[in-house]
Amino acid sequence: MMKVVVGAGSCGIAAGAQKVYDALQALNTENTAFELRITGCNGMCFLEPIVDIYEESGDLTRLVKVTAADAQKIASAVENQNLSALDTLKISDEDAEFLNKQTRIALRHCGVIDPESIEDYEKIDGYRAIRKVLLEMTPEQVIEEIKTSGLAGRGGAGFPTWFKWNAARSAGGEEKYLICNADEGDPGAFMDRAVIEGDPHSLIEGMLIGAYAIGAKEMIVYVRAEYPLAIKRLENAIRQAEKKGYLGENILNSGFSCKMRIKAGAGAFVCGEETALIESLEGSRGMPRLKPPFPAQAGYWHKPSNINNVETFANVAWILFNGGEKFAAMGTEGSKGTKVFALTGKVRRGGLVEIPMGKTLRDVIFDIGGGIRGGKQFKAVQMGGPSGGCIPESLLDTVIDYKALGATGAIMGSGGMVVMDEDTCMVGMAKFFLDFTAKESCGKCVHCRLGTKRMLEVLTRIADGNGQEGDIELLEELCYSIKDGALCGLGQTAPNPVLTTIRYFRNEFEAHILDKKCPAGECTALISYTINPEKCIGCAKCARNCPVHAISGTVKQVHSIDPEICIKCGKCAENCNFGAVEVH
Amino acid sequence: MECSCKNVHSDLSLLDTVLDTYANVDGSLITILQKAQEIYGYLPQDVIRHISEKTGIKPAKIMGVATFYTQFRLKPVGKYLIMLCKGTACHVNGSDLIEKTITETLGIHDGETTEDGLFTLKNVACLGCCSLSPVMMINEETYGSLTPDKTKKILAELTAQAKEGANT
Repeated sequence: MMKVVVGAGSCGIAAGAQKVYDALQALNTENTAFELRITGCNGMCFLEPIVDIYEESGDLTRLVKVTAADAQKIASAVENQNLSALDTLKISDEDAEFLNKQTRIALRHCGVIDPESIEDYEKIDGYRAIRKVLLEMTPEQVIEEIKTSGLAGRGGAGFPTWFKWNAARSAGGEEKYLICNADEGDPGAFMDRAVIEGDPHSLIEGMLIGAYAIGAKEMIVYVRAEYPLAIKRLENAIRQAEKKGYLGENILNSGFSCKMRIKAGAGAFVCGEETALIESLEGSRGMPRLKPPFPAQAGYWHKPSNINNVETFANVAWILFNGGEKFAAMGTEGSKGTKVFALTGKVRRGGLVEIPMGKTLRDVIFDIGGGIRGGKQFKAVQMGGPSGGCIPESLLDTVIDYKALGATGAIMGSGGMVVMDEDTCMVGMAKFFLDFTAKESCGKCVHCRLGTKRMLEVLTRIADGNGQEGDIELLEELCYSIKDGALCGLGQTAPNPVLTTIRYFRNEFEAHILDKKCPAGECTALISYTINPEKCIGCAKCARNCPVHAISGTVKQVHSIDPEICIKCGKCAENCNFGAVEVH
Repeated sequence: MECSCKNVHSDLSLLDTVLDTYANVDGSLITILQKAQEIYGYLPQDVIRHISEKTGIKPAKIMGVATFYTQFRLKPVGKYLIMLCKGTACHVNGSDLIEKTITETLGIHDGETTEDGLFTLKNVACLGCCSLSPVMMINEETYGSLTPDKTKKILAELTAQAKEGANT
């Protein structure tokens, strides 16, 4: 019997995957025509909803942008064993390259297995690594293997994983905790969600290996409350693992016991910082603690604790199963293995991209992502979220490596990659991030609490056309004092988006301040709308949609906008079918 | 200014099972508040006082926690909670335009509720559906690739749905 698999991550479901699944199920009530299953997100978000059909031979036919209306066609094609009837839905060879060009380790099972079935996971060597670890290896050997692999924290800081594990192992005391940071707060990053939704058992297995290595008896996953599906699938996976004896007392008769629970976060970006996360786990406001002592010495309830993020743990079982050397064989001198990027923004093919370190930004954005959509020009790529920076076109050949990316002023971060084209204003971008950090600053340190507010004020006045000479220098001064005066990673890195945009797009800041112009045409205070008489056919649609009646003209005649009345809402441009409304 | 919450009398017994489970477990305050919000839709003041009495945590600390995290609300919300994503990808792809559309259609800004109690608008940082940006989530259902027209259609459908529900 053929197997029909619907990609049902939360982005797939938002695109309509659940409706496709329900329609297919209604046509297969007796379960005789085909086997219907779900899978996690395979990362090809630009083609959702996706349906994979596996023939008995194992051959795969991938259908894209499927709607519930296609269900009948799919069901009959599968029943009649005639998949050529589905040619119009099949993925194009060009789009298929998106996946073919990747090397998947952390995402190895996403979009392949059913995340709600532990049997599916076991069938593809799942829980084999933990068996090997518990029955054949000492904790020291596990840490040594991770050291060989060169695995570094994928959450942002890039700290060597083995070092943290070793510190927590060496700390005294019986009671220790292993914590997973799944509070994926970076706007623009969603790989951790994809891993939990698509392959929750590999997270459990990776965490178990870590818990054994440091000697923890309890594991906690701190997940964002904004990810309800991830929480549901992880809860289900924990119950399954408990039933099969992978969690609980005396796991696999090894004498090692460990339990696991989920803690839903309540929405605070700063809780991605490990000591703030611990405060939040203890039920308090998530305000960072002074380090030292580090969590490895005094963390959750002041007991030795180790915190890694989801993507880091997703690599662990693979490393122990295949050997650290195989992982270290990929990448550069200082950055080993692969990294997942969430490619979004103005790019043609957006989604999750996992590639070995050492590839270039150009490889990811142009070769895999297909470049900018709509024939526009690439302007910059924002990496590392509110802690990162904007990298311009001249640096697109920078290799993906912690050090090389750091040298640009951006950071590897958790892997958000937001691509911007010529229509994105860089002053607006800097303002956007400052608005975010000013809101998310926990308020503990004065430099961060007030400094980000002052910076936001300066950026707002620049965008509003009220910038003054010396504002750029003032911004820079504020940036450096926040960097020096903030306690935690959020504050220390908050100025990065501003520093990088000033560094690479200083001319845009100057255009706003000196010429009172927004080159990208985005800052409403600095733009004006006009109607191109060559293109206007006089349909009067713009005039009908103008909320302030600023547009005049008779039908079939060229219309015009009165700049005195115009509030620059953009309704005319949005409604013109002929591209006659132009922004200056 | 007179406190507007003095007349609120919530059914505190609804919280009994939650408090029986968590009141004496250290570090459970956020979990208790999350469960309370699930029950009451927000955190009424008498509920906060009740939690304080049962857990021994001072009301000031509870308020500190409740105001720190974006998830918690101290006012009731509408039947439909619109969480509009203002993440980077959504910003680049025009979430400001969507916010403007919602404001124009419903007459509410971020944090406000319509007079008929149907819709509340809340801007959120990132919903993690960046490839479908701009995105909003209404009562756990995600709507992606929004345009002003699509947004208006969704809001109109929900309004019609609510009216239908009220009539039957």
